[in-house]
Amino acid sequence: MDVEILARVQFAFTIAFHYIYPPLSIGLGLIMVIMEGKYLQTRLKVYEHMARFWTKIFALIFGIGVATGIVMEFEFGTNWATYSKYVGDVFGSALAAEGIFAFALESGFLGVLLFGWNRVKPKVHFIATLGVWLGSMFSAIWIVVANSWQQTPAGFHIVGEGMNARAEITDFWAMVFNPSSVDRLLHVWIGAFLAGSFLVMSVHAFYILTNRHVELSKKAFRIALVVAAVSAISQLLTGHHSAEGVSKNQPPKLAAFEGHFEKDAPADMYLFGWVDKESQQVYGPKIPGGLSFLIDYDFNAPVTGLNNFPENERPSAVNAVFQFYHLMVALGLFFIALTILGIFLWWRGKLFRYRWLLWVFVIAVVGPQLANQFGWFAAEMGRQPWVVYGLLRTSDALSATVTAEQVLFSLIMFTLIYLLLFLLFIYLLDRKIKAGPYDPSKIDDRPLQESILGVVEPKKTN
Amino acid sequence: MATFLGLDYPTLWFLVVGALFSGYAILDGFDLGAGAWHLFFRKEKSRRIALNAVGPVWDGNEVWLVIGGGALFAGFPVLYASVFSAMYIPFMLFLAFLIFRAVSIEFRSKEEMKWWRNLWDVSYCISSTMLALLLGVVMGNILQGIALGPGHEFTGHWLEFINPYSVLVGITVLALFMMHGAIYLIMKTEGKLYERLKELLKNAIIFFVVMYVIVTMYSLVFIPHLSDRFRNNPELFIVPVLAFLSIANVPRLATKGKYLMAFIFSSLTLSFLLILSAIELYPVLVISTLDPVYNITIYNAASSEKSLGIMLTIAAVGGPLVIMYTVFVYRTFWGKVKLDETSY
Ligand code: HDD
Ligand code: HEM
Ligand code: HEM
Repeated sequence: MDVEILARVQFAFTIAFHYIYPPLSIGLGLIMVIMEGKYLQTRLKVYEHMARFWTKIFALIFGIGVATGIVMEFEFGTNWATYSKYVGDVFGSALAAEGIFAFALESGFLGVLLFGWNRVKPKVHFIATLGVWLGSMFSAIWIVVANSWQQTPAGFHIVGEGMNARAEITDFWAMVFNPSSVDRLLHVWIGAFLAGSFLVMSVHAFYILTNRHVELSKKAFRIALVVAAVSAISQLLTGHHSAEGVSKNQPPKLAAFEGHFEKDAPADMYLFGWVDKESQQVYGPKIPGGLSFLIDYDFNAPVTGLNNFPENERPSAVNAVFQFYHLMVALGLFFIALTILGIFLWWRGKLFRYRWLLWVFVIAVVGPQLANQFGWFAAEMGRQPWVVYGLLRTSDALSATVTAEQVLFSLIMFTLIYLLLFLLFIYLLDRKIKAGPYDPSKIDDRPLQESILGVVEPKKTN
Repeated sequence: MATFLGLDYPTLWFLVVGALFSGYAILDGFDLGAGAWHLFFRKEKSRRIALNAVGPVWDGNEVWLVIGGGALFAGFPVLYASVFSAMYIPFMLFLAFLIFRAVSIEFRSKEEMKWWRNLWDVSYCISSTMLALLLGVVMGNILQGIALGPGHEFTGHWLEFINPYSVLVGITVLALFMMHGAIYLIMKTEGKLYERLKELLKNAIIFFVVMYVIVTMYSLVFIPHLSDRFRNNPELFIVPVLAFLSIANVPRLATKGKYLMAFIFSSLTLSFLLILSAIELYPVLVISTLDPVYNITIYNAASSEKSLGIMLTIAAVGGPLVIMYTVFVYRTFWGKVKLDETSY
């Protein structure tokens, strides 16, 4: 098999796997900040216990996020050497800023968040949690800026020619605020809040269904529901804004999102469908002129189609891009419906009455995960055949010296390791969920506890 | 060319990268070293204490590697691209061991079963050991030079990275980290484990000094380019002398029971050895064994002046912040390890 395909598969696989964890860290971080904030405000132990419970799950998620993230950082150099030389001047500063501003903050405070419960005052602990959460938010900024620069390059000029050409930065802030970065950053952040809040709702709905930790769970569920509902609605707005940006900056991508081939014709919008590339037809229920309307508020406005571009300057996997995009949007609409229903029932005092609804919340945890993955796949595959849009082709971005065997070796290695990690992750997550929230009277490490003053209440004999 | 304090930007960035790697070696050095000792501890409680001595800090330590890697990418993209793609297999193994180390720490305490804990103990110890060795092997190859051809692309076979010199440097780095890690653990432990570590430290010091002498002899005899700069600039001899003095101070302070000072001197040793390597190479980053025109230097590998200027600003703002968090975390967990329900 050729190096290009292997390297692409490897990149897509490793980053998609990595991206299971960061959204959970970012989203859970926010919810833990709220829980600890509530604890500081009300001094009710129940908030401390839920925060402690989620800290343990956070640790597990964070650990795998770190382990898989380091792979990403070095993969640019190993697999995409030409790309690294090409963009190093621009992209590198974003990556360096990420390390210094984000990861250092995040992992510095992590120790206090995880192990500091009995060592620092609640206020200091709250600050540590906030630090970890802000660190994860910052890390999203820099990585999304870097990726957005690849989508809509700005603030640079090209020096050198042929294989020696490279982008050099001319304006740092124009690079940071390139045309797509703000839209995409908001969209990514909110996608992460959805991932975190749906996880919290899922676990606590499960406790309520199985009649365990019910009081604590109801409180935690409501916190997460508010976050989820606000996020779900905002996600539609930021997504729409992103789509407008794509229509201006990357018209072939937008055309692929809706399977719109015809040159400068009004474009339809599909609820779902199937794209036949040969006949340039899309089969499925549609709103005629819908896309034209969303972009120009006019059903007959012409929209740039795929045929406006030569074959080698537009994405080839149109159907895949179409499907990923539509699945993301469908999931987004589903989250809005589900969370609004939840809020409505809460208002009527019936939130926890319907067992089927709680089951839906238990299962819905996979929804944001899928939507996040689909979103990235749509955005990245829609950018093809470019690595840096309009400037550097994916096929030119590879490492010259790396052979197919080497990439295959590392691909197999990562597949096996990640499979193992994933199985262990699910197993341990399940164990932790079964173990339930922190309960000071149930600590099994008694003898160790006694050395710490005031942590453990005297054992009740009953 | 723009300068600051009389130094041009590529040189300044070279110093930044050097400082980051030296921070990484000092910080992750002790937890890799502690990991390499892990199987020497037999009792479950000892292992837990050793693990929790690094528990709250190892992730923060590893960030220095992440920042160092980012700094290389950003400042010297040509180096990042050619060295990483040249050393493809060693780096992939390095990444795999990093993953195993991270998850072993995380997973070990999650189950009570004996086999489960033993499994992760073994994985933790092997991956820490291999990481130290691989770091040394990479270092050895950089010092010795690799087969860089036109376009600074590597033209050799990856098995060439395993050679007598790189293996010797690998073992030396392992020995140094084990010495460094043992001192750290001594500071964090009490009782029997503490006594046992004092014995282990003595062995580690001997192990390191022997390896250090061998590597030094080997470089003087077989790799003359490494000592050229010192021969031509005798005043630079102060650096190896300082390195030697700080090495000698470690056993002296350890026998007196002044472990914090011993730790500081073993940290200094790590820094001096890196400074020594930097002096040997500068302004070259990687020597080509084929032809000096293919050498990667700080000038032909550097990003534009504009970009370096931006990053120097970022480093000047971010650096103090990073040091602040680091100090805060180490202060919070200062003193002997106490296990509680949040521990691993
Ligand atoms: C939207 C957010 C996001 C995205 C798109 C990515 N990451 Fe990530 N990354 C994070 C958000 C994040 C995080 C939330 O900050 C993590 C996850 C868990 C953690 O520890 O930090 C993290 C961890 C993490 C680490 C470990 C940091 C540490 O040691 O603490 C590295 C080196 C990277 N990432 C690098 C990358 C690279 C090179 C990416 C792209 C190609 C990438 N990440 C995509
Ligand atoms: C985190 C979620 C992300 C996902 C799921 C994702 C997905 C993908 C996929 C599927 C490909 C392969 C496209 C194809 O071969 O058709 C790809 C390629 C790539 N992406 Fe992303 N991506 C993500 C984030 C990023 C980020 C944050 C960056 C950079 C900062 C990035 C940079 C690249 C590069 C360099 C390639 C390789 C060249 C290419 O095939 O285009 N990606 N990504
Ligand atoms: C509700 C309707 C939604 C719309 C209209 C929408 C729209 C979009 C658009 C147009 C893009 C491509 C942006 C680009 O390539 O520059 C995108 C990407 C993405 N979407 Fe959505 N989205 C929606 C819902 C969601 C939801 C619910 C999630 C996750 C929970 C999500 C996660 C993502 C991610 C992670 C990306 C890739 C990053 C990016 O390019 O911004 N989206 N979305």
